[in-house]
Amino acid sequence: METQTGRTGDNVSLPRRAWSIRRHALRMGEVQGQGYIGQALGVADVLAVSYFHAMTYCAHDPEWEGRDRFYLSIGHYAIALYAALIEAGILPEDEIETYGMDDSRMPMSGMAAYTPGMEITGGSLGHGLGIAVGAALGLKRKKNPAFVYNMLSDGELGEGSTWEAVMSAVQWKLDNLIAVVDFNNQQADGPTREALATAPGTEAAKWAAFGWYAQEVDGNDLDAVVAAFDAARNHPDPCPRVIICNTLMCKGVPFLETRDKTHFIRVEADEWAKALAHLDEEMPQ
Amino acid sequence: MIPAHSRRKDKYTPRSVPEEKLATSAMIASLDAEGREAISAPFGHALVDMAKTREDIVGLSADLSKYTDLHVFAEAHPDRFYQMGMAEALLMSAAAGLAREGFVPFATTYAVFAARRAYDFIAMAIAEENLPVKICCALPGLTTGYGPSHQATEDLAIMRGMPNLTVIDPCDAVEIDQATRVIADTPGPVYMRLLRGKVPNVLGEYGYRFELGKAKVIRDGTDVLFISSGFMTMRALDAAVALAADGVSCAVLHSPTIKPLDAETIVAEAQKGGRLVVTAENHSITGGLGEAVAGALMRAGAHVPFRQIALPDEFLDAGALPTLHDQYGLSVSSITARVKNWLEG
Ligand SMILES: Cc1ncc(C[n+]2csc(CCOP(=O)(O)OP(=O)(O)O)c2C)c(N)n1
Ligand SMILES: [Mg+2]
Repeated sequence: METQTGRTGDNVSLPRRAWSIRRHALRMGEVQGQGYIGQALGVADVLAVSYFHAMTYCAHDPEWEGRDRFYLSIGHYAIALYAALIEAGILPEDEIETYGMDDSRMPMSGMAAYTPGMEITGGSLGHGLGIAVGAALGLKRKKNPAFVYNMLSDGELGEGSTWEAVMSAVQWKLDNLIAVVDFNNQQADGPTREALATAPGTEAAKWAAFGWYAQEVDGNDLDAVVAAFDAARNHPDPCPRVIICNTLMCKGVPFLETRDKTHFIRVEADEWAKALAHLDEEMPQ
Repeated sequence: MIPAHSRRKDKYTPRSVPEEKLATSAMIASLDAEGREAISAPFGHALVDMAKTREDIVGLSADLSKYTDLHVFAEAHPDRFYQMGMAEALLMSAAAGLAREGFVPFATTYAVFAARRAYDFIAMAIAEENLPVKICCALPGLTTGYGPSHQATEDLAIMRGMPNLTVIDPCDAVEIDQATRVIADTPGPVYMRLLRGKVPNVLGEYGYRFELGKAKVIRDGTDVLFISSGFMTMRALDAAVALAADGVSCAVLHSPTIKPLDAETIVAEAQKGGRLVVTAENHSITGGLGEAVAGALMRAGAHVPFRQIALPDEFLDAGALPTLHDQYGLSVSSITARVKNWLEG
């Protein structure tokens, strides 16, 4: 069976993958004239490492039993995952033009029933890690060695359900569960530090105190993210793993990076092309 | 016109680019004013106004103040606003605690998250103790194209089931302004659906006044009696105009208080006779205004021809709001078509 691991014989560089993910996402944003583009640009490096370094999957058979599961609980990050799925060959690139349209396979919020490769229906935040606990239990029951990844956000750390799952994963010694937190310091009402007393530098210690193998990295430093994913997969102890990824919203498009950060970043009609042009000048090998 | 099953196609069937490109309405989008004057953030401004004389009013949100118009209050009274983070269970528990200490908390989130996630916390911390917490929630029914995670299609059914809880589904900016003031003065817990952002002024021209527990005739007519709540009263009024052009005379009875329902007025209007009774709600056909009205009519022995305009008992599609309102029968054209059909049939 053909599998795509990214760990063997993949000749496209990770910087190029991340660049392509950003490009696909910007093109989708341009189609709708809106979208959670700040999140997509910020998390592109983490997704590049997930799909082109860490995970095992089969592009033409997204439900292949041997695949690593990728659970996106943050439904509004769908634009970012679609970009990764397109880059991975799970979704065709020419469907970018349908993004968010009626009858599209890429609705603005990620849902399992719509999109190949979208494993769970996200959007109601705080579900992903609990579902991942169950899936990790199920995989162990089936003696399936695959990993379950749950990508969650700093906002989701506010939900009690997340912490119920945090404790359960330790109870069940879920060494096949890897939580990936996109810590972008932003929530709907404003900066995360103004919501529930959490900030970069404080999270890894919390998870570790619960019994997780916890790492905190610069989520826009590809080498650091690669090392963290490797360490998470190879960690010897029978405990769940978490990678707190500190990311910069809008990363890769300087005129957006410096814009006032909001949950739903405003991009003017003419700025999509400008952002794409900027990326095109900086295409990595 | 309304497909029996979801039109969602298999996710492994590739799609082509549609000819007509309708964008999905963003969650920050307002309900289209539909040719009417639009008023900005009526809930937030009413609350600010009330708070000038009411020291006991406080506001709380679960990371959605900007998306429920509570930010207007938070900016005017930063010392009385509590950001609870994205933690809806905590939002309700903490509101209960503030109410115990003598405050009147207005707690906001989206309707789905109050109704689904926080239900037990509302039931036991707030409603069972009859505490004066006012739960005000945006995105009621089908007011976003983001799909089931944000479409509160069954919130009224859920909330109607809660003892002690008053449930309100206001129509427009005028009513949201009035109802916000009324519920601040009403003892006990309230669940109110919110339209936020730019909200149409529909009822202003009728000299309407919101009264808790009262349904009011907004327009009279002889062939059809619409009984409606929320923005479906706006749609019913527009359908009545369209149907009048075809010689069909429609009355509109607006019933914003879903619980306690104004059964007396509803039964009296329905029994005037000769009219097809059509309930119209931005909610699932299960457990909302329509079934509440049906129950009231049955209990009163009022046997009248009865039809329901409501969302199907399904998880709905994602897409552009106008498309979805057509698809699920909430648009004016789909209302008029069905009413004509029913009258002919
Ligand atoms: C249970 C739940 N509560 C509230 C919301 C509304 N909401 C959508 S995104 C969001 C912010 C959550 O924080 P985060 O994911 O970190 O936001 P971002 O980084 O994308 O700004 C909120 C409150 C939701 N989708 N689910
Ligand atoms: Mg965030």
